[in-house]
Amino acid sequence: MCLAIPAKIIEINNQMANVEVGGVSRQASVILLPDASPGNYVLMHAGFAISLVDEEEALETIKLFEQLAAGQ
Amino acid sequence: MSLPFLDEFRQGAHLRALMEKLNERAGELARPVRIMEVCGTHTMAISRHGIRQALPESIQLISGPGCPVCVTANADIDRFLEISLIPGVIVTTFGDMLRVPGTRMGLAQARGNGAQVQIVYSTLDALKIARENPDAAVVFFGVGFETTAPTVAATMIEAHENGIDNFLVLSAHKVVPPALEALCNTPGLAVDAFLCPGHVSAIIGPEAYEPVADAFGIPCVIAGFEPADILQSMIMICDQMTSGRAEVELQYTRGVRPGGNPAAMAIMQKVFQPADAEWRGLGTIPASGLAIREEFSAHDAAQRYDVDVSYSREPAGCLCGAILTGIKTPRDCPLFDKGCTPDHPIGPCMVSSEGACSAYHQYEI
Amino acid sequence: MKSEDRILLAHGSGGRLSRELVESVFGKIMSNPILDRMDDAATLKLEGRLAFTIDSHVVSPIFFPGGDIGRLSLTGTVNDLAMMGAIPLYISAGFIIEEGFRLRDLEIIAGSLQAAALEAAVQVVAGDTKVVGRGAADGIFITTCGLGSIPQGIMLSGSGAIPGDQIIVSGTIGDHGAAILSHREGIEFDAELKSDCAPLGALVGAMIEASPNIHVLRDPTRGGVAATLNEIAYASGVDIEINEEKIPYRSEVRGTCELLGLDPLILANEGKLVAFVAGSDSEIVLETMRKHTFGSEATVIGMVQNQASSRPRVYARTLLGSRRIISMPTGEQLPRIC
Ligand code: SF4
Repeated sequence: MCLAIPAKIIEINNQMANVEVGGVSRQASVILLPDASPGNYVLMHAGFAISLVDEEEALETIKLFEQLAAGQ
Repeated sequence: MSLPFLDEFRQGAHLRALMEKLNERAGELARPVRIMEVCGTHTMAISRHGIRQALPESIQLISGPGCPVCVTANADIDRFLEISLIPGVIVTTFGDMLRVPGTRMGLAQARGNGAQVQIVYSTLDALKIARENPDAAVVFFGVGFETTAPTVAATMIEAHENGIDNFLVLSAHKVVPPALEALCNTPGLAVDAFLCPGHVSAIIGPEAYEPVADAFGIPCVIAGFEPADILQSMIMICDQMTSGRAEVELQYTRGVRPGGNPAAMAIMQKVFQPADAEWRGLGTIPASGLAIREEFSAHDAAQRYDVDVSYSREPAGCLCGAILTGIKTPRDCPLFDKGCTPDHPIGPCMVSSEGACSAYHQYEI
Repeated sequence: MKSEDRILLAHGSGGRLSRELVESVFGKIMSNPILDRMDDAATLKLEGRLAFTIDSHVVSPIFFPGGDIGRLSLTGTVNDLAMMGAIPLYISAGFIIEEGFRLRDLEIIAGSLQAAALEAAVQVVAGDTKVVGRGAADGIFITTCGLGSIPQGIMLSGSGAIPGDQIIVSGTIGDHGAAILSHREGIEFDAELKSDCAPLGALVGAMIEASPNIHVLRDPTRGGVAATLNEIAYASGVDIEINEEKIPYRSEVRGTCELLGLDPLILANEGKLVAFVAGSDSEIVLETMRKHTFGSEATVIGMVQNQASSRPRVYARTLLGSRRIISMPTGEQLPRIC
């Protein structure tokens, strides 16, 4: 129901962030995510950052997949 | 260049390993399970990666009501279309909306009839159009769930604070938990577990599904949107099923925090209040909609424009309600492929290219 | 006429201003012996089998990264000829211009059309200009016709695919569609995205020379690779399978598609082709293509499986190893939020 993709915050000016995905950049509002700062990956939905991507959790999940794949 | 946090969850080797494990777990199930993916974005991902076709026979995935556009009722669409035909109005909405039919016509036809329709990626783009066209009224059609509603709310606050009075919203927003409960209350519901929407959960938090898991004993796993996420979530569901648990579990740990996103919730609640809402194919569900609060009524298109939509009818004969709950299949619908086709959809299951009827049409006809 | 001038209705009236416009813009920019005669029709001497086609071009925005409507209107028609195996020779162009259009822009567009004609080794031998009132057109529309000659023994058709054919694309997919989208009003992105808009006649010439066993050539323009493969499957009555992992994309195209929720397979291409080649010859064709500027990233993406038993279908082998159906795209490509 809601497409949101991980985008990297390059800079923030006045609640508007310049975010980047695969070499494509766009303006996104960070008004819904007051804690966001440059360098963070955020989930972007319809031009708004809606959630921080927790990089540690992401790596945990990936590690789990790797272990699973290695175990076979 | 890679796409970080996407590509890592699409690795062929990981997917195959996850698939193998899922097969293993599925073999331990006492009986076949039917998992409903509630969210339309999950439906899209499942189809795009061919997950349904790869599943063991004991797992069946059925598409739920989670495509916000597809469940928008005719009355709401008709109201938007009527507004679009008022001279001096520019209507704006998301691209998803263009295909959805109203009682007499759809947005694409309204555009053909002279309506000024602008498709936008974000409400901020709609606000920009309002700024650039001070003489026109710019009406945004707000569709979507808790992920989208805060973005619309934030834009309305900005319009309000900056005196952009020609920016209006017609709200057809909906919220997920009441709809899930309504589904669970459907007699004969044939769903064993829910794959819950990751991005809605990023806003409302995992706790919102606890009533469903507790009261109805249905396992809920909040899933990310990449194929590895979806496979892992199904493994988690199988584990719950075999061990007889019915809990809310979080697979999408990188995107969802306990408690969700309080800032976004606060903004949403500042602008919207719960209201009964009509869902295409499902009927009226109490407190499942979001109405614009009095404070923002100056930006409420429903209040500004008193249009007559007394002609509105819900599509007669559509069985989507029963299909969504797994009680009936598209074949049972007398309209299937007769009057209701992907090019001329009637119900929500056909409107969405990934809806049950549309998928069935693609494969079986 | 001065560059800062704007096109007036009178420029399409057939009178003095018309003549001035034709002479100072088209006559000057596209000059060649046939056009320069300014007769009512071009007279041409041609032999053998001919390919003849027409295509109207409307694009918004008119100027986009990697090209403009002028270049597009030439390459589009030249490529249609090339896909039949024809050597593109002559082009005619009709311009429908909205009153108030900037003369300077018209000159740029005519110039890039001419530059593309030189690149494609064709001549623009006939033209027409009409001016319509404000609002009756969106800036400028260009219709081009093309004439090409088909070498002896060449028989290409969308119905020629047979089981065992390898499916080759000449390079990255979706560049044009993504470039246009990124500049659409209400969407706007910043990206190093360029339209792939290019004439493919020379590439096709080399391919045909390399192998007599090319069965189908198509340029996947509107509707993208998804539409093209479905058309060919249908016309040939075969089932097709492509391998998702093999499809070449630029990362910016992937980024755009992820952001907007679009499938890159349905984005338009304007300088790419899809070739169905007998399995035995796919290597040599691929090698030939890769030597060419517009085929340097050519790659095999799939093959023709079998005669279709029921409705011909296009399948994609997914990352998971399962098969999904790639259906004929319906309607326009718009950003999704779900
Ligand atoms: S076939 Fe059409 S009318 Fe029938 S249930 Fe499906 S969507 Fe509704």
